Amino acid sequence: MKYEAVIGLEVHAELSTKSKIYCSCPAKFGAGINRNTCPVCTGMPGALPVLNRQVVHYAAKMGLATGCTINQVCKADRKNYFYPDLPKAYQISQFDVPICENGEVYFYVDGEKKCCRLERIHFEEDAGKLLHEEIDGTVVDFNRCGVPLIEMVTRPDLRSSAEAKEFLETIKTTLSYLDICDCKMEEGSIRCDINVSIRPWGSAELGTRVEMKNVNTFSGAVRAIDYEVKRQIDLVEAGGTVQQETRRWDDVKMKNTVMRTKEDAQDYRYFPDPDLIAVEIDDAWLERIRSEIPELPVSRYERYLNEYGMTAMEARQLSDSFAKATMLDEAAASGRVKPKAAANWILSDISKYLNDTEKNLEDTALTADKLVDLISLIDSGTISGNAGKKVLVQLFETDETAEQIVERLGLRQVSDESAILAIVQDVLAKNEKAVSDFKAGKNVTGFLVGQCMKASKGQGNPQMINKLIATELAKL
Amino acid sequence: MELMSRTAAELSQMLADKEISAVELAQAALDKTAAVDGKVGAYITVAGEQALAAAKAVDEKRAAGEQLPALAGVPIAIKDNICTKGLLTTCASKILYNFVPPYNATVMEKLAASSAVITGKCNMDEFAMGSSCENSAMKNTLNPHGLGHVPGGSSGGSAAVVAAGEVPLSLGSDTGGSIRQPASFCGVVGLKPTYGAVSRYGLIAFASSLDQIGPFARTIEDAAMLMDAVTGYDPAHDSTSVQTPFEGSLRANLNADMKGLRIGLPKEYFGAGISDEVRQSVLASAETYKALGAEVFEISLPLVEYALPIYYILSSAEASSNLARFDGVKYGFRAEGCDELLDIYVKSRSQGFGHEVQRRIMLGTYVLSSGYYDAYYKKARAAQRKIRAEFAGAFEKCDVILTPVAPTTAYEIGSRTTNPLEMYAGDICTVSINIAGLPALVQPCGFDADKLPIGMQLIGPRFGEQKLMNAGLAFEQASGLRNIIAPL
Repeated sequence: MKYEAVIGLEVHAELSTKSKIYCSCPAKFGAGINRNTCPVCTGMPGALPVLNRQVVHYAAKMGLATGCTINQVCKADRKNYFYPDLPKAYQISQFDVPICENGEVYFYVDGEKKCCRLERIHFEEDAGKLLHEEIDGTVVDFNRCGVPLIEMVTRPDLRSSAEAKEFLETIKTTLSYLDICDCKMEEGSIRCDINVSIRPWGSAELGTRVEMKNVNTFSGAVRAIDYEVKRQIDLVEAGGTVQQETRRWDDVKMKNTVMRTKEDAQDYRYFPDPDLIAVEIDDAWLERIRSEIPELPVSRYERYLNEYGMTAMEARQLSDSFAKATMLDEAAASGRVKPKAAANWILSDISKYLNDTEKNLEDTALTADKLVDLISLIDSGTISGNAGKKVLVQLFETDETAEQIVERLGLRQVSDESAILAIVQDVLAKNEKAVSDFKAGKNVTGFLVGQCMKASKGQGNPQMINKLIATELAKL
Repeated sequence: MELMSRTAAELSQMLADKEISAVELAQAALDKTAAVDGKVGAYITVAGEQALAAAKAVDEKRAAGEQLPALAGVPIAIKDNICTKGLLTTCASKILYNFVPPYNATVMEKLAASSAVITGKCNMDEFAMGSSCENSAMKNTLNPHGLGHVPGGSSGGSAAVVAAGEVPLSLGSDTGGSIRQPASFCGVVGLKPTYGAVSRYGLIAFASSLDQIGPFARTIEDAAMLMDAVTGYDPAHDSTSVQTPFEGSLRANLNADMKGLRIGLPKEYFGAGISDEVRQSVLASAETYKALGAEVFEISLPLVEYALPIYYILSSAEASSNLARFDGVKYGFRAEGCDELLDIYVKSRSQGFGHEVQRRIMLGTYVLSSGYYDAYYKKARAAQRKIRAEFAGAFEKCDVILTPVAPTTAYEIGSRTTNPLEMYAGDICTVSINIAGLPALVQPCGFDADKLPIGMQLIGPRFGEQKLMNAGLAFEQASGLRNIIAPL
């Protein structure tokens, strides 16, 4: 029998707010153990939470970017359970009234546009971390405790690991476009739990689902889903039935194992946190959030494909980076250069520089205006394409304009016909052998052009030199 | 007159006039404690050295010509569920037997800013759960007016320490009557402020939506003075804190003119279960008010009969979550011989919490459980809204409401420990105020046949603290029942 996989995701993203969600400790990753802590985030008796409004702002921003309805009055609830990394023995989360509901995320898989609905987005606090190897015993590091998270819960709309991966990539790109998450996978900025069930192909009913935890990378998600789908199919084919349970994915052993079964599912005893008051987002605030949302990656991708005539690969590479896509759009908006020309620079030399130096575009001195100037200088023949590459390197690192760099490095191209003619004639006079070789039918143009370029100290317009050599040789 | 028999206002004046030094006063307080606290048992921790050091600092400031706040140099005792940086804070529980907070509660910061002298930490029912101090894991506190009797609870130590004349002022906390009932039993003044008027930051939570810190004193003026120092909006630390209209000005605006004050007597508070002595004493107080020109009439609050179950559902639910952090992992008591994580939790909590606390945790866990949440917790919240509305309606007709505080005067030690329901029933007159988030003032209005104090309760509308203090002052002046120190 043929089966269809039905997949839903719960994606956690750490928000890049300055301070934690309920105290003023830095939310930054990487401090010494328990350095970024205070009575609030370590759950000291008597300490109380005060909500960081930036968290609400960021969560609503993601909601608006994914077409969610924003609950302008929402609340925080306690999720009660015991674990050493949870110092209050409850997590402040949101239960029945999340900040965002009913969204949609669009993405492309093999050229086909797909949609995955979002059931909800809510904000909550992260837990601490148990470090088992640091010393003899277990150390609890509360630095991460209280770092703000949003949890995005999808409907079971995904049908393959490839779709799940593209969905996750789109979420990541969107978070980075909105500048609300640093998206550092290796630091655990984005994590997900995966719900998987199977059903006979063509069936509309949902099968029993299995939840998988401990998936830390997108490629790990693909492996975990492929494994679990196959496990369920094999199980059913062998006459078994899938049990509702939670399984832990082990990306090293490439398999999952049972964590807990339906019977020992926890009762979290959610109730409204009496230490916190209702969260209210007024219309003005909501509009301010809305106004901060840029054109999103999928829309740009489609525009680059349809309007700029790019390949899917080019459009994807550009739209994946907010900085690159924005530079392209600004360059195109100047009307002084062809979008394709700007795109080529961004995808080739600019991307290469960023890769080599491990820099982000926004951390360099290069701006769209400067790129436009550079391309214009080449288009007008003021500098050669090769000289342009030299100018670009400087544009990343200095505040000078392209013109200033051209002057400083003496890269201006000589396009004065009489000056070039004098050089060509001089070179022909000094290279009798080449001239005789030409007369003997040999191709000496390349050699002569090289000599002319040398004589012009590299500043001669190569096209003009080529043309004049041809006419002068023809005269012989 | 013995120094410790004076009111805080008098002592404040004497300090300002340099008649006495803060060190002399702190020493007098410590001496009095040394003399009587062996009998009363009000303190869990006496902070003698710190108190003298703080007093010395106050004297130096004053000597340097600094203008100091009214409380500067005045000795104040603190209930042991309020976090004091560097000073043991146990909640009278084995599970926090060694807990020294790394930070100060907001009220402690405010008292430090007022240059008050903190003398120590007072006994209480464990985690503020109880009405007699008999649930303390540390010790029993006895009623200074009758050592065979309970001081009330949960802030029994804070009430007794003031009644015994060990200090003129103390702080307690009130979740369902924990300031008012011991104030009544010990013959002192106690104020349960409007919810949010005093920051809860650093108050070890019992039931977050009901807890309030408030003052104990032996006069209305003194209570106003302490309330003025600890009240205040605290948006940086307590989301439930609110801006009040009276912030810091209660004492300055005291006014005993009772003409035209409308006082409601809710008939439900004077019915069966209230002892004759208590009923008669409170009704006599009503007559005093009439004589002072107030208008006194009967009102009805029919929903208060549901207050007790609502209270025990909501407070236990919140407590079950609030007390979950005491898990033996991070601080406090950890049971020995734990082989695995679950052991640490189960053994530490079973051995670290007393029976009453465990009973409330179980009750709270039950009412929040899936399948029971709607029937208990959700329903109790809905009923709470109705009770609030009922009080709001009553305050359209009257300015303050006068009731008894407790059905009886202080009962004998050990007489109610076997039946928790009987103990809970004693909260009948007080819990509705916390459910409604209102302020209420308790002060002595008489004595029973055994010379045990009887208290009365004045309930005000939200932010009605000034009205309550004014009415309290008028009664205090008319009755002469003020600054009562138990003969020990």
